[in-house]
Amino acid sequence: MRTIIFCAIAALTTFPAFADEKPVQLKQAPGLEQVENNCGACHTLEYIQMNSPFLNAAGWGGEVNKMIKAFGAPISEADARTITDYLNKNYGG
Amino acid sequence: MITRRHLLSSAGAGAAMAGIGLWPRLLEAQAAPLNLPAALPAGTRAEAVLETLPGKKPLIKLSQRPPNYESPLEYFRNAITPNDEFFVRYHLSDIREVDAGKWKLKVGGEGANGEAEITFDDLKKLPAHEITAVCQCSGNRRGLFQPHVAGVEWGYGAMGCAKWKGARLKDILDKVGLKKEAIEIVFNGADGPPLPKTPDFVKSLPVWRALDESTLVAYEMNGQPLPHLNGFPARLIVPGWTGTYWMKHITSLEAVTKPFGGFWMNPAYRIPLGKFPLVSRFTSQDTAANTPITEMVVNSLITSPMDGAKIKAGSTIKIEGIAWDGGYGIRVVETSTDGGKTWTPATLGQDLGRYAFRTWSVALKAKRGKNAVMARASNAIGQTQTATLIHNPAGYHHNVIQTLTLTGA
Repeated sequence: MRTIIFCAIAALTTFPAFADEKPVQLKQAPGLEQVENNCGACHTLEYIQMNSPFLNAAGWGGEVNKMIKAFGAPISEADARTITDYLNKNYGG
Repeated sequence: MITRRHLLSSAGAGAAMAGIGLWPRLLEAQAAPLNLPAALPAGTRAEAVLETLPGKKPLIKLSQRPPNYESPLEYFRNAITPNDEFFVRYHLSDIREVDAGKWKLKVGGEGANGEAEITFDDLKKLPAHEITAVCQCSGNRRGLFQPHVAGVEWGYGAMGCAKWKGARLKDILDKVGLKKEAIEIVFNGADGPPLPKTPDFVKSLPVWRALDESTLVAYEMNGQPLPHLNGFPARLIVPGWTGTYWMKHITSLEAVTKPFGGFWMNPAYRIPLGKFPLVSRFTSQDTAANTPITEMVVNSLITSPMDGAKIKAGSTIKIEGIAWDGGYGIRVVETSTDGGKTWTPATLGQDLGRYAFRTWSVALKAKRGKNAVMARASNAIGQTQTATLIHNPAGYHHNVIQTLTLTGA
């Protein structure tokens, strides 16, 4: 039962997934899909706007790495690179 | 890719689906103008808006999930912050409403002599104590750091002062008794992480601080049950210490004989050793480089007029504000209109206790053109606000003397 519902919800995952959450529209650019799917699973995407534009590539890389290493986010290496690149190009400073 | 499986994984599908409907529910966005500090990151200024959460007046939204909402400046014009104006801060997004009838506080641990389970009725039967105290997020004003540091980019409003009523933590721990080797009390709350691998928000206090008579497990805030978003049905109150120890929805207390090693104690919530003039310390958690954040630094906030306001040249205007510290008590608040060369003491308002906001006011003759008004608070042990930021990697303890610029015309 639990598995079935989980799969159904997973298949429907679009933003916002919480009933009353307002969608956060980040800049349209390559990598946005990976950002929405990975980062958006645990927190709304205002965290990215809020922390801009003052992190450089190393700073954003450190944040992505923290999400994986400290917070256990299951982000593939390829996605992590794409996300860091997106954040640095669109929200770096 | 991650999905929100945790929503459905731990409490059964029915409860989880109910949870989706319950939280978060944003009733309406508010169109009122926001006076955000100019020093905040541009991205923060662009995304922060007033939003109304259930049971709350409009608060400044920094993030929806987990919910981080600060109080606008005008909510600090009284020493007591009403429950519906009180800020909201969570680290992790799985926040379920707790049924007080089913709630239990588990007490035990290898450093205790026994175990106990306390119901909400049991808690209310213990001797009740009331204390007025400031709850301030460690990272309040992080957004004003130059250079900026990553995190929730708070302005001035990640704090509030309420009258808290509850049982002493000491009386609860007395139900089981502590071994003489016990050094810390570890505690957890009902809220949790979105993923199983994300470290749950668990904290500890040194035993001496847990046994302090001011440390409470509170079930009332300003004479009302705690709002859900401020920790219903019961939360820890650690007057003088920053909000990170004020565990919401508290569910367990565990005495331990070794320093607790959880993520939220180390590496999180650390300040460099020796940089801040702190008295009350948590030494069992020290490393060679850093120490847990503990008591609040002395601070003040000008609440009226607003920065940038226009005033009538030649008129007498009233500058008002609040001041607070780590519980030593505010001795004096002074203001300066000459860039800090000379200082004039303000009149202090009613004393609601050494852990509370202390209101203050001072009259000022408005000049034509620019009027720069500075305010600084000092406490009973001689500490005062810093003139220049004490930078630290996590963005804690911002208590730089504020300067307001008013234009006289």
